[in-house]
Amino acid sequence: MRIDAIGRSCPEPVLMLRQALKDKPETMEIAVDNAAAKGNCTRFAAHAGYQVTVQEEGPVWVLQLSK
Amino acid sequence: MKKEKWFLLGGGIVIGLIAVALTLFGNPANMGFCIACFIRDSAGALGLHSSSNVQYLRPEIIGLVLGSLIMALCFKEFRPRGGSSPFIRLVIGFFTVVGALVFLGCPFRMIIRLAAGDLNALVGLAGFVAGIGVGVLFLNRGFSLGPSQRQSTLEGAAFPGIQVALLVILVAFPSLLAFSEEGPGSMHAPILLSLLAGLIVGAIAQRTRLCMAGGIRDMMLFGDNTLLLGYIGVFLGALLLNIVTGRFSLGFADQPIAHTDHLWNFLGMMLTGLGAVLAGGCPLRQLILSGEGSSDAAMTVIGFALGAAFAHNFGLASSASGSTLNGRIAVIIGLIVLLAIAWFYTRQARKKEDAA
Repeated sequence: MRIDAIGRSCPEPVLMLRQALKDKPETMEIAVDNAAAKGNCTRFAAHAGYQVTVQEEGPVWVLQLSK
Repeated sequence: MKKEKWFLLGGGIVIGLIAVALTLFGNPANMGFCIACFIRDSAGALGLHSSSNVQYLRPEIIGLVLGSLIMALCFKEFRPRGGSSPFIRLVIGFFTVVGALVFLGCPFRMIIRLAAGDLNALVGLAGFVAGIGVGVLFLNRGFSLGPSQRQSTLEGAAFPGIQVALLVILVAFPSLLAFSEEGPGSMHAPILLSLLAGLIVGAIAQRTRLCMAGGIRDMMLFGDNTLLLGYIGVFLGALLLNIVTGRFSLGFADQPIAHTDHLWNFLGMMLTGLGAVLAGGCPLRQLILSGEGSSDAAMTVIGFALGAAFAHNFGLASSASGSTLNGRIAVIIGLIVLLAIAWFYTRQARKKEDAA
């Protein structure tokens, strides 16, 4: 599953991620386009017990979460 | 503690030290580089208001935006974007600063005041937390000003470009500007030092994402204290230098550029806290975002300047003798307007969610 948080400023991307992680999925992707969202989502995912890898796709960062 | 947390705490301490050091070099007491006060001074220098004691084009503000821009370019984080309810952001910015000028300081100065022993700032902090709490209620119900879109490089670079132009005017054509001869506007560190301080703080704040409102908001939303550590660092750095230089004085009365009108200190900062959550960050953070290419943040900053100009043209800003009737009315109107905006955008977001 991929969350599209492009154009969303903080804390919206983290709130979207929090909602999506409620069902405790094994993997998840979230696309963001501002540095603060990248940092905040990475931190939140790590808190929730996920490993995070960041990929840059043009102006967008895609965070890949896995348990 | 994780590296990121140390980074924020350390960055905050450096910023707190710089803020107090600036007052040692001539900036007004307990002010450091208060964003609301300095945008107000710059608005005065440009003739947007006529309070002759608060007019000076503050190089710190220019430095903050350009420091952020330089870091954003170095780390490939300069992303021109905008179009997320820009005019509403201007309105939010307007009232955010009106609240701050009734209290006499932005969230940053609130911490600097607290670190100098000014207990009125504690009342302001309670109001600020209450305002953020109200904002978080709306965030949890889906509040959103809508997504921003990618913009042209020119759109993202225009606001930092204006800062360069203002710096050129300050250095080469100062006769175009108004300068205070007395009062807080007449008190300032040397231009080069102020600019350098702004650049360093702008760079640190861009890298650390330092944000007072964000710190309290994240604690309320997720129980995450990372961002808050930055402001704990600011407090510790400023407290240390204030104690070392004998500037710490605990109490409510006779604090520099402050008043003891508790209710309006509380409500003023409540308005600022609510505005900061709705706009996605406190005044310092908006300056940093404008340096990263966000024209939405630039619109919020223009709202700050307009709010500051109105606050002085219409007697809304407090003074050391207390808040004004006009200021109190403006705070009440501001709270009503921001609550209406929060309600409208929350309802709109929920409707979209239901339709999807």
